[in-house]
Formats: sequence, structure tokens, C-alpha cells
Amino acid sequence: MARADHDDGHEDSAANVTSEPLNVAPFNVAGVRAPVITNPLAEYLLRLGDDRLVLGHRLSEWCGHGPILEEDIAVANFALDLIGQATMLLGLAGELEGKGRDADALAFFRDAVHFRNALLVELPRGDFGFTMVRQFLFDAFSVVQLDALASCGHAELAAIAAKALKEAKYHLRHSSEWVVRLGDGTAESHRRVQESLDALWRYTGELFERDAVDAAVAEQGVVFDHDAAKARWEAIVHDVLARATLEVKPVKLMASGGRRGRHTEHLGHLLSVMQSVARAHPGATW
Amino acid sequence: MSVLPGTLTSRDDVFAVLDTVKDPEVPVISVVELGIVRDASVTDGHVHVVITPTYSGCPAMREIEDDVRAALLAAGAREVTVQLVFAPAWTTDWIGPDAREKLRAYGIAPPGRAESGGLITLTRRRAPVACPWCGSTDTRLQSEFGSTACKAIHTCNACRQPFDEFKAI
Repeated sequence: MARADHDDGHEDSAANVTSEPLNVAPFNVAGVRAPVITNPLAEYLLRLGDDRLVLGHRLSEWCGHGPILEEDIAVANFALDLIGQATMLLGLAGELEGKGRDADALAFFRDAVHFRNALLVELPRGDFGFTMVRQFLFDAFSVVQLDALASCGHAELAAIAAKALKEAKYHLRHSSEWVVRLGDGTAESHRRVQESLDALWRYTGELFERDAVDAAVAEQGVVFDHDAAKARWEAIVHDVLARATLEVKPVKLMASGGRRGRHTEHLGHLLSVMQSVARAHPGATW
Repeated sequence: MSVLPGTLTSRDDVFAVLDTVKDPEVPVISVVELGIVRDASVTDGHVHVVITPTYSGCPAMREIEDDVRAALLAAGAREVTVQLVFAPAWTTDWIGPDAREKLRAYGIAPPGRAESGGLITLTRRRAPVACPWCGSTDTRLQSEFGSTACKAIHTCNACRQPFDEFKAI
């Protein structure tokens, strides 16, 4: 079950990255043969699906390691929901792409440079406080994003968004409660989640970036008002952080790159675990 | 089976058969009562069933699909296709009064009304969930997440029993 995209990953990019200048133009991933976006909607769905797949995998790392049994179960439930959402989104991405790749093929047989998730979701899970602050920042984004897409002009995407929104809402409630509990908790819990927030804030700007893919899908009816969404997200985030007695320290430069396949080193390590069984036994069923 | 083999001819026949297929994780209510069977049609022995998933990542969906297929083949269908749709999104409001009573009798508090509209419900005060064992509303939420994606865990302060709640969604 060798796949064409299986071979153009790490070696190619390592070989090319030194010989070409960093190309920051949208969609040109340094070190990868010039990606031409022929299907913006499929690309857009990869972004939506990869966010949830990668975060779902990060959360699943807590399975059996949660601080208390209830949270072990809660985090595994989150992971299940997110991976379920990713399955729907990547399934649709594969259909639209029309190359015969299903959700599994996209999840397990792409290399890091082909993933389109935001950097925020690939960062290592850290301690439980870090996991919950990251989850909260993402959940607030996910809720406003899905709420907007639930009424977009693409029927299949709108249906998936409406379904996923129900889950994102209770994820947000749960992660918000933990951010308040830990932030407004003991000196130690406050210190830890404040440090987590300081480390994570620079990864939030990427969630609201827009580029030619957004413009192209808007023409197909998938309209996402970034400014309105960001205002809603900020209202949620600042409300909860105030209750949690946490403070946002402004950062000079927001991290970016995930939507164009430029990831942190952490994604490759994550994929090496997540994809290992599927790649060792391609096509296996049980 | 309420339908004899070979007599599957209508949508109602299909629903009658599927009303015997239980949810594998809540084996007291059927997939019809759960509200996930959205439509069915029969053309010349070929049965087409439309189902919608409960939760996006519900691991029981595959098993439910297999059970649906097996039950219809056993009831005389020549061929079965199962189509998965996502809209309208499943809601626990589709679970009828009889099924709610079956849940309660089984020890699972039935779901309340699903929330709609408002985007954010932070730090909400929830209506107390009545204990399915003793009926007391003096209960506390133990964990928002339980043995399956669709359940939360509560404890009754009156009879001291833990119990599952079918979450409203």
C-alpha cells in the first residue's frame, strides 16, 4: 500500500531546505516541491480536520495518566469526540480531493509537512494545567468557528459543524471550569497555569490568520468572518481568564506556519507514534 | 421479530425490525427509540436505511451498523445499504417518553431538554437530576464524563447510590 505522498516527506524537505531561501509566500512550504492549491476547499477541510486530529491525539496521551479518574475519563472523552470530528472532516477532505484517499489515509500516510493544523495543538501536553489552558484556548476558538460554519453555504460542512458544535460547547464548559479552578486555586496551581498561558499565548494568533485559501472558499460559500470570530473568542477568553485571576501578557510576535506545513519539531514526534501501527501494517483490518 | 422473513415491504416494516435492535451500550432501548434511525425504504427486497451518529466519535456506531444490517437480513431483506447522515444533528430530545421510562427503570437518569441557542453556558446552575433509584433530587454531579460518551456520573445524597445520567445534547 505504498502511497505517492509517502515518499516526499522528511528526506526531500531536509535536502531542499538549505538550498532554497525561505519562501514565506502563502502556500509555498520551504523545502517541499511548490504546492499548488488546486482545491482550496479540500485544503480548508484539512486545516479543520488536522486541528482536531492532532489535538485529539495529544489528549489521548493522558489516557491512563490523568490526575484523577474522572479527568482521565473526561480527557479520553474529549479525545474521542475530536478524533470523531476529524474523521468526518478528513473524510470530506478526501472526497473533495478526489484522489481516493479516505480519512485513514490522510491521518496515517501523510508526513508532517503535509499537515495543516495550527501549531497550538501540536505542542507537547505539558502538565495537566498546560493541557487545560491549551484546551480552553482551542475550545473557545472551535466554538466560534463551528458556530459560524454551521450556517455556511456548503451543506456537508455545515452539517458536520452543527454536530461538532454541540460537543465543542461542553468541551469549552469543562475546560473553562478547570482554568478558573486552577487559576483561582492555590498559589502553585495559579503559578503553573499562568506560566502555561504565557507560553501558549503566542500560538493563538495563527488561529485567526487568513490567506488565499480562506478567500477562495468564501467564494464557494464557506464564509468565516475572522474579525467577528476573533472578537467573540476574545470576549470568551478574557471573561474566563478574569475569573481565573490570570493575566495575558502581550507578545511581540505570534507564531505561525502550521497552515502551510511549517511545523514545530513536536509534530514529527507525535506522528511517529500516531502513525506507527498503520504504517507497520498498512491495510490491516480487525 | 415482529415481521416474518420475506415480508419486508414498507418503511414501517423496517422500523419494526429495527425496533428490536438494541443500543449495544444501553441495551434497554432500541436504535429506533434512540432516534438514530432517520429513514428507511424498501425497493424489491433491497432495504436502504439512513442513520445518524450520536456523538462524532461514538465507538458503538460501527457495531450498530452491523447489527442493523444483520437484523434486516435475518428478517428477509435481500440486500441492505446503510447510509450515514450528519444533518440534522442528533439530539437526545428525539428520545420519546416510553424510552425515557425504560432508561430510568434500568438505572440511567433520562436526559433533560437539550440546550439550544446561547453559545456559552459557563458555570451554569443545572436543574437537579432526579435519582433513578429513589427519585430524590438531592443529587450531585460526580463527573461530567462517564462510562460512555453519552453519560455523566452522579451520586444520590439520599440513597447514597451512584448513577448514570444520559446527557442532554
